[in-house]
Amino acid sequence: MSGRSDTHLREWEVVVGLEVHTQLLTKSKLFCRCENRFGAPPNTLVCPVCMGHPGTLPVLNGEAVRLGLRAGLAAGCRVSPVSVFERKHYFYPDLPKGYQISQYATPLLTGGGLRIRTEAGERTIRIHRMHLEEDAGKNLHAGIPDRSHVDLNRAGVPLLEIVSEPDIRSPDEAVDYLKRLRQLLRATKVSDGNMEEGSFRCDINLSIRRPGSTTFGTRVEIKNVNSFRFVHKAMLHEIERQIDAVESGEKILQETRLFDPVSGRTKPMRSKEEALDYRYFPEPDLPSLVIDPAMVEEERSALPELPEEKVARFCAEIGITRADAEILVAEEGLSRYFEEGLSLLRSPSSDGDAFRKARERWTSFVLSEVLREVNRQGEGVLEGETSVGHTVALLGKVLSGSLSFSQAKEVYGRAVEENKNPLALVEELGMVQLSGDDELGLLVESVLAENPAEVASYRGGKDRLFGFFVGAVMKKSRGKANPEKVNEILRDKLKG
Amino acid sequence: MKNPFFSSLAEFARGRDERRFSIEEVTRYFLSRTEALNPSLNVCLSINQNAVNRARQIDARLVRNKAISPFTGYPVMIKDNLEMEGYPTTCASRILSGYLSRRTATAVARLLSLGVVVLGKTNLDEFAMGSSTENSAFGPTRNPWNPARVPGGSSGGSAAAVAAGLAPLSLGSDTGGSIRQPAAFCGVLGVKPTYGRISRSGLVAFSSSLDQIGPFAGSGADALEALVAMSGKDPLDMTTVDRDPAEMRSGYQSTEVMGARIGIPEALFGEGLDGSIRERLKDLRDALSGEGAREVSVTLPHSRFGINVYYLVATSEASSNLSRFDGVRYGFRVKNPADLRAMYEETRDQGFGDEVKRRILLGTFALSAGYQEAFYRKARKVQALIRRDFLEAFERCDMILTPTSPTPPFAFGEKTGDPLSMYLSDVYTITANLAGLPALSVPVGIDSHGLPIGAHLIGPPWSEGRLLKMADRIAGLYPMPLPELHAGHADGFSEGGRR
Ligand SMILES: [Zn+2]
Repeated sequence: MSGRSDTHLREWEVVVGLEVHTQLLTKSKLFCRCENRFGAPPNTLVCPVCMGHPGTLPVLNGEAVRLGLRAGLAAGCRVSPVSVFERKHYFYPDLPKGYQISQYATPLLTGGGLRIRTEAGERTIRIHRMHLEEDAGKNLHAGIPDRSHVDLNRAGVPLLEIVSEPDIRSPDEAVDYLKRLRQLLRATKVSDGNMEEGSFRCDINLSIRRPGSTTFGTRVEIKNVNSFRFVHKAMLHEIERQIDAVESGEKILQETRLFDPVSGRTKPMRSKEEALDYRYFPEPDLPSLVIDPAMVEEERSALPELPEEKVARFCAEIGITRADAEILVAEEGLSRYFEEGLSLLRSPSSDGDAFRKARERWTSFVLSEVLREVNRQGEGVLEGETSVGHTVALLGKVLSGSLSFSQAKEVYGRAVEENKNPLALVEELGMVQLSGDDELGLLVESVLAENPAEVASYRGGKDRLFGFFVGAVMKKSRGKANPEKVNEILRDKLKG
Repeated sequence: MKNPFFSSLAEFARGRDERRFSIEEVTRYFLSRTEALNPSLNVCLSINQNAVNRARQIDARLVRNKAISPFTGYPVMIKDNLEMEGYPTTCASRILSGYLSRRTATAVARLLSLGVVVLGKTNLDEFAMGSSTENSAFGPTRNPWNPARVPGGSSGGSAAAVAAGLAPLSLGSDTGGSIRQPAAFCGVLGVKPTYGRISRSGLVAFSSSLDQIGPFAGSGADALEALVAMSGKDPLDMTTVDRDPAEMRSGYQSTEVMGARIGIPEALFGEGLDGSIRERLKDLRDALSGEGAREVSVTLPHSRFGINVYYLVATSEASSNLSRFDGVRYGFRVKNPADLRAMYEETRDQGFGDEVKRRILLGTFALSAGYQEAFYRKARKVQALIRRDFLEAFERCDMILTPTSPTPPFAFGEKTGDPLSMYLSDVYTITANLAGLPALSVPVGIDSHGLPIGAHLIGPPWSEGRLLKMADRIAGLYPMPLPELHAGHADGFSEGGRR
């Protein structure tokens, strides 16, 4: 944190609750049959209902209810047997009816929580509620002098608002919570969680207090912070601003602030006095939403393996560290790729030991090589020429001893770079692993001959030098030597 | 009400099938009658220029095929807050000027699918807010019985259309009495169905939890057929209830005056009721008893809060429903507003009439933070008690009889300066909306000034058929004369129609 020591920060406790709005992956909008899709030309996904024409009535999309339920069940929420839609009123051109249909007094879901893990340890962030509501359209100002245009493609798109309890205590925790929430929504196919396209948006409620205090400080809301990085930045700035204010004897105002990504600061948007009176009242056009318990059970039993469960399984089954498992599970695509590779490697004929070894190699390959390329080039590298099938075939060459691991890594990197099938590249480059006893014997002997002093020391008892010889041989073979064979021959020759 | 071709839907169907007249002939007759009388009555805000064409098409089809329904070729007028695709829907408001509907109201579409010919769209109080049709941006409708009197409202145009014989059937909407009170004032039958019976899709909402579409007709039998045609679950309106519309026919057939238990809330026949109306209803009660009906005394203790509850619930919902008229996407918008706020304020200020603004203000207030508990929420609680009163009463009676209106049709301007006395016009009708119950007004003759009087029947949920049969029996006791109508401009009134 700029200009503020950690010791100083420790004199204050940060209290944060997050409100996430996530668009649901339904085919159509929440109250009409218009397509729910991002990126269409303005006002092409609209109808009289979502444009707020007179005489139109909302008809609830059951698919949205189902997806909401699914998200809630995945986060351990309680399902309200009866929930109520209400109207939230304000005037803005992107809000066609002059009110948003939302849920207020009785939301679809309450309770539940999400496990987070930060350097400070592992905790549960409780969820206060989740409810269904419709999205607004978008005002377009760019490039149109003296005029504003409005695009209503987004108006009526189903949103799930997910409100946490004020259990978050730091920017790191906030980001971890958001990442895990997004993971959960993606794993359950509730939302694509795409922040650039606005399908996962976050408002931050933040206050500070003295550690040990049981009351809350004055809460400031920061609106629409649309990347994990900005959430972190906005919180850091806001924490500092509030500490500065309180320490210089000012009062924190209850207000809504906007984060400005350019300056990295938050600025006032409206005060409590200016807060809108939304005049909520039950939506008379929609009967109370009564949830069929059978549907809840159906959704519960159809829940896919959740990220948390998958991490535990990877740790137990594959014996990788929790940190590695979390990395694999963090990205839905990578996780699927990893598991597909495992099942390709689990050929029925191979015995347990061979599979364990293959699994180890695959895990390490994915965590180093594939992960690096995904981070660099995006999830596209998981398909096409470097698809899981092709990559597993490449690894098969390593397992059969015809290619070294480091050769495989090199080939994979080039295959991604040149968008080629790795196996074709192996042939093109004439890559083979040196495994012949004679060839390797010669290499080993030349290394030993070049390093007489080290040979003497080793024979004098300096066992640790063994690795040095292996390295030298590998280097001489330009990575083509089969390391196991090298070990074997070295051991033999060094015996004297 | 009389026309040279038929005096009922059944007679129309027979005449049509026996080729005694063509649909074009019938359509032209009603259109020319409308053309002659509309300048004085101001019943229609727009005439369907395509009506004769449609009539010809139907005639052509009838040469080869039998009619699919009694309604095939039947002329109808609809209140101008009901939508027809491609046609203007004004709600008698400036704010919808230039607006063309993108869809057809389900109730209208169902009638159209049976072959009705829509002749035109009728005048109303702006956004159905009013009891006299004086709140129309396009001038008031005159009562066919006396052009110096209001036709009632808000469906004044539709009531007057049937009364003046401009159409044998018309549609209105009823939020607190907007079908029944003008039916009483114009001497026709008007029905508000059970809430959820008829889809509200395509009805421009005033108060969503109270609005229902219903017919004006010459008889209960005709109204019954119109109701059956329009009713039933609609995928476009989640508040519609999945019940078989044909139950209304069985209800109609199985009901007789003999043995019927008529609930009488005596308190509603006392103070505040016009003397001639009280007398006529006394006469009716005696007549019914004479035919074997049994009077049952009922009390509806919470009904006295009806007006208060209504003007909180209805205005709250109206303030919300009318938010969409903001000048952004359709309809009227002021030219060159200074900024966004000015656009909203000036558009709504110039687009809405006084009564609409009054109700938006009332409703906004009733819903605001700090007041909602005392007003809107309390009103909803009392509303539940009003419904409970009725359901308890219906354990002891089959239907409840009250006056429709406390007064005969009043003069233009008589109540416009005093909104509260105007609101009291609906004192007998409002509770049926608050309780979601079916109700109707049936004419029981005219008073000494030649003005119609209506009797009001309220039934338990889904009892429209029974009420309509009783209405036909009552109408049989009080044959109505015909209003004297004069074509041309009424004295002292400017030309009607759209300004
Ligand atoms: Zn739509």
